[in-house]
Amino acid sequence: MPQAKTIEIPPAELARRIRRHAVVMCSRANASHIGGSLSAADLLAVVFARFLRFDPAHPDWPERDRFILSKGHGVSALYGVLGECGYFPLAALETFYQDGSPFAGHATKGVPGVEVSTGSLGHGLSLATGMALAAKLDAKSYRTVCMVSDGECDEGSTWEPALFAPQHRLDNLAVIVDYNKIQSFGDTQDVLDLEPLAEKWRAFGWSAREIDGHDLGAIERTLAALPFEPGKPSAIVAHTVKGKGVSYMEGKLLWHYRAPRGADLERALDEIDGRLSDEDEVAE
Amino acid sequence: MRNAFIETLFELAQADRRIVLLTGDLGFSVLERFRDELPQQFVNAGVAEQNMTAVAAGLALSGKIALTYSIANFPTLRCLEHIRNDVCYHEANVKVVAVGGGFAYGALGATHHATEELGVMRLMPGMTVVAPADPVEARAATRAIVAHPGPCYLRLGKAGEPNVHSAPIDFQLGRAIRVRDGADLTLISTGSMLKTAVGVATRLAEQGAGARVLSMHTLKPLDVEAVLEAARETPAIVTLEQHSILGGLGGAVAEVLAEAPDAHVRFRRIGLPSMFSPRVGSQDYLERMHGLDEESVLRTVTELLG
Repeated sequence: MPQAKTIEIPPAELARRIRRHAVVMCSRANASHIGGSLSAADLLAVVFARFLRFDPAHPDWPERDRFILSKGHGVSALYGVLGECGYFPLAALETFYQDGSPFAGHATKGVPGVEVSTGSLGHGLSLATGMALAAKLDAKSYRTVCMVSDGECDEGSTWEPALFAPQHRLDNLAVIVDYNKIQSFGDTQDVLDLEPLAEKWRAFGWSAREIDGHDLGAIERTLAALPFEPGKPSAIVAHTVKGKGVSYMEGKLLWHYRAPRGADLERALDEIDGRLSDEDEVAE
Repeated sequence: MRNAFIETLFELAQADRRIVLLTGDLGFSVLERFRDELPQQFVNAGVAEQNMTAVAAGLALSGKIALTYSIANFPTLRCLEHIRNDVCYHEANVKVVAVGGGFAYGALGATHHATEELGVMRLMPGMTVVAPADPVEARAATRAIVAHPGPCYLRLGKAGEPNVHSAPIDFQLGRAIRVRDGADLTLISTGSMLKTAVGVATRLAEQGAGARVLSMHTLKPLDVEAVLEAARETPAIVTLEQHSILGGLGGAVAEVLAEAPDAHVRFRRIGLPSMFSPRVGSQDYLERMHGLDEESVLRTVTELLG
């Protein structure tokens, strides 16, 4: 019988491993999108270690909570957390981007634990909304969490489910905006300014909270408070830093595209693993 | 046809609570009974077809049989990538239903002329594409797509079409219905053009020419065997559709004939060239304008037969 499995790895350690996997995977594959995986790592760690009810041995368990990564390009972080949770052997991460691998460069169904395939922005929140609606129609208790990017909030199709979910009182649905402030080709405030973002969700009928998306305690407390208000879907606007955890990537558009290689890779892993001495910091 | 559809769906939904009907805020005087008597299975998604389509996919991935309903190009072209990625890529059990195929909303302007969507839906991997000819076929098609697991597109006409079939039909997805037989040519129609095909065949019979008439209600998977059989047994094939001659019935039949090893058959696609209708008007008016009425088709067929 499927049953919710407890993840024994503390969130801080899980986040470290997610970052490490993401950096190594992107480096090996010479893949883009490491910045948006690192910004999401702390959120994913807490969501999987402390919130979602799931059984990695039974990915199709009907009562499981659903997690939808609508920002499908952040998939290296998702594959990492799914591997750490036991959905598949960690060695499978080595096939990321490789010929014939199911571990595609965007979230792709077929990898155990991946609910839906994403990659084109502005799809995931509607899919998650459909799942949440099904739970309501069938009086089931599972919850659905969807992570969107900030750039994705440019898409009109993000705001269609934003209207729909409150109308149907889907308080079993939560959206997390990984608000790292940098989209594909510029800062969000310079491309299409989203501010005031939390106010927008509230104006659409969501109960919204803003948090530091790298404060593990704050993330855990916020998730524990879901739904924020009965009868309303919840929006978590998580302020994050693109490239978080690797100093030379933080806040840099370049790392939406570049993969860390050579000395860059070593430095990234040293920082993630906390092996940097004060001397190294000064030397920079 | 739309009444035949909704009456049938209502019966099915009463018996199967998995069925959920989503509408893009359309259905006045059509969907009220479904809405009022089966509220747990009805969703007005608002004028937001992208969300409607992906919500339907999310419902289907959670065990529902979800139908999206709107008119003309709104449930298909407007939300095409949601159909491709969210429905087809996930093999989700979603049925896309459009009312107003072809020039059914002819006077409303080219925005409301659904004249490319059959070809576009045919291109979607895993999509079954169905365009019934009359209310009899619409009833059977509704039952068939709901019973068929996986993505389907159902193109309906509007309200008030007469029944072309006077006898019970054997409706199976992917199997053309031979409405009448003849040795001199085969008329293959899809959707509401069956009525014209039968009319033309009757006129030809008066002139001493025998026409086989096939109702190709399922465009995908196409009844390849029926096409090849027609190519072997009759010297000419004419396709009839209220749609671009690119990508729809004419395109699909041409693909089959081009690859057939021994098909030496005269062939003509009757439909629209790749264009917007420069005029608006009633369905009858636009059929005449674009050579889709009985007289025009008869003339084209007679020329082909030489």
